[in-house]
Amino acid sequence: MKRFYLTLISVLLTVSASYAGDWSKIKIGTEGAYPPWNGTNAAGELEGAEIDLAMDLCARMNAECELVAQDWDGIIPALQNGKYDAIIAGMSITSERMEVINFSQGYANEPASFSVLKSSPLASLQSAGKVNMDALDNTSSALLDSLKSTLDGKVVGVQGSTTHENFVKQVLGDSVTMKSYDTQQNLELDLTAGRIDAALSDKGSMEEFMSSDNGQNITFIGPGLGGGPFGGGVGAGLRKADTDLLEMINKAIDEARADGTLAEHFIKWFGKDISM
Amino acid sequence: MNYELMIDTFPKLLGGSYITIQLVTISLFIGFCLAIGLALLRLSNNYFLNFFAKTYVFYFRGTPLLVQIFLIYYGIAQFEVVRESLAWIFFKEAYWCGILALTLNTCAYSSEIIRGGIQSVPFGQIESARSTGMSRFLLYRRIILPIAFRQALPAYGNEMILMVKATSLVSTITIMDITGIARLVIAKTFSPVEIFIAAGLIYLTINFIITRLISYCEFKLTPYLQKSE
Amino acid sequence: MDLELLVLGDTGWGDEMLRAALVTLMVSLSAMSIGLFISIFGTLSKLSNKIYIRVLADAYTTIIRGIPELLVIYLLFFGGSNAIMGLAKLFGYYGYIEINAFIIGSVAVGAISGAYSTEVMRGAFLAIPRGQVDAAKSVGMNKFLIFKRILVPQVLRYALPGLGNVWQLTLKDTALIMVTGLVEIMRQAHVASGSTYSPFTFYITAAILYLILTTASNKVFNSAENWANKGVRRA
Repeated sequence: MKRFYLTLISVLLTVSASYAGDWSKIKIGTEGAYPPWNGTNAAGELEGAEIDLAMDLCARMNAECELVAQDWDGIIPALQNGKYDAIIAGMSITSERMEVINFSQGYANEPASFSVLKSSPLASLQSAGKVNMDALDNTSSALLDSLKSTLDGKVVGVQGSTTHENFVKQVLGDSVTMKSYDTQQNLELDLTAGRIDAALSDKGSMEEFMSSDNGQNITFIGPGLGGGPFGGGVGAGLRKADTDLLEMINKAIDEARADGTLAEHFIKWFGKDISM
Repeated sequence: MNYELMIDTFPKLLGGSYITIQLVTISLFIGFCLAIGLALLRLSNNYFLNFFAKTYVFYFRGTPLLVQIFLIYYGIAQFEVVRESLAWIFFKEAYWCGILALTLNTCAYSSEIIRGGIQSVPFGQIESARSTGMSRFLLYRRIILPIAFRQALPAYGNEMILMVKATSLVSTITIMDITGIARLVIAKTFSPVEIFIAAGLIYLTINFIITRLISYCEFKLTPYLQKSE
Repeated sequence: MDLELLVLGDTGWGDEMLRAALVTLMVSLSAMSIGLFISIFGTLSKLSNKIYIRVLADAYTTIIRGIPELLVIYLLFFGGSNAIMGLAKLFGYYGYIEINAFIIGSVAVGAISGAYSTEVMRGAFLAIPRGQVDAAKSVGMNKFLIFKRILVPQVLRYALPGLGNVWQLTLKDTALIMVTGLVEIMRQAHVASGSTYSPFTFYITAAILYLILTTASNKVFNSAENWANKGVRRA
């Protein structure tokens, strides 16, 4: 009877061969709605810097890889459920996430910034300077304060379950009305539509939007933000238990960094080197 | 299962039920009023009015509510004409887009329920009312609508419950109803199962109350079920 | 509205949308089948003499019909794998088990569909006059024969209109399984509208595809009803 049930289960389900130590096949979860990190093209295929990177890392680990698209807000629970073995989806390494999953070393780092419509009164706040939330000095505190006072009472959009959402909640708090979107793309749509006064996102993906026909009238304001709630760079998310896979991915990233391909993937899609 | 987390989340989710109940009440109320009109159009002999009502019902019953919500919220905002018009004051707000989608949707379903109720009124009753010289308005007010209402009540009760459930979809357009808050909590705790069960319990409670209210109304409106003193 | 976005081939999303429509149809069919399968047990349980079986069946239909479909799907999506992995552990398998999105979508919508089908089937069952069963017994039919000759043909006839409604409901509910990552109409429209920033174009296309599916299946159900009502005398 036991055998019967096992057969039944294996017929109904794809039992992923993820015994410890056997990583000849790896499933990688990504969002597919976050270009140029990971997007979807008109052929219905995933594409972007992280898609290239994932394939590159897999080749280095001698593994056969399959990419799985997953909505952002369920991307960590689905990893824990075993829907895939690693997340490569522009996910910042934060202490909150570290409580439930492991991260590889960071492979890219891109500051966050607020953006507004060029016609908006908020556009008068210059896009200048950098703020590291972990090491606030007088200059950066002043930048942050002017950002806060500019945004006071405004409607700010973010993608839900992101570091950007955390920043707005923790730093801006009740001084703004926050709206959470399912995807970065829907956030961008509502920014152009004027439903929100400002959007907070990483610079790279917003720049991609600005270079398209639809995003011509968007501009950055205020300083580039990093550190603190934004975490320390973007890494691959892994289950706590899979420490062997963690080592493999870290080694593969080291190799890709050493021979320059890591930087190439990002230069190809972002037009600049944001690798780390 | 982390029961402590479920209990901790409950008050937060209950805060969202305020928006949920608001959405349900407003859209059911406006939807019902419009539905009476639509049902009358559907029963009219005028070809165009009938055709309009039929097409309306066909579209809103034939497509998922989620498509309707996205079309109204993201779809309409795609057009600059709309964004520059006065209508934008309305469409700018996710809340009103949500209300609009829910109202239009429930209107289509309710109108069919009302039509069924009106058609179920026995012809003899209408005839005898006419024979006593009732005007058309009086006929509707005294005979047709009360009987139709009683007939349609169980089906309309179901529609109310469907609407409570349907409101959970507006969480996809940034509205912070019960489901919207549940998503927000999950983003922090990464434990969807516990949070969604807690949210489910709240919906279940709301629907239970509605079911009880409807059966109470049914009982009150069915005199022969009540014991004579 | 930019129709160029909808061309077939790798430059447009037309072929992707059509393929997604096929997935919607397939997942609806398998969800409906699962639902009908559940409804047989649901109906029998609701008509059972044993109170705990009735309570169980009532709990199933009440809970499923009382909480939003989206939550049912989320719960099965996130909780389903865990439950099955827990089950597998009993049999000594400790790996991760991934349920394919199509199956989890079909099961989730099937569970919803099953609750509604149960109610329809129960109604149809109760609509058969008791006298007919008694009459069948008196001519010496056994239980199986009564089931086959008297109950099934009539239950089908009474249930068909209701099941037609359940089918429509099921078809539309599949739009919600976009959250599981299965590329059906709604998810494809969501992805495409995001990538092209043309939400109207893709959601209206999705709406049209759903209308085609609901209208076509309506026709099928109507002719099925006509077939099932063959030989019924009408006033």
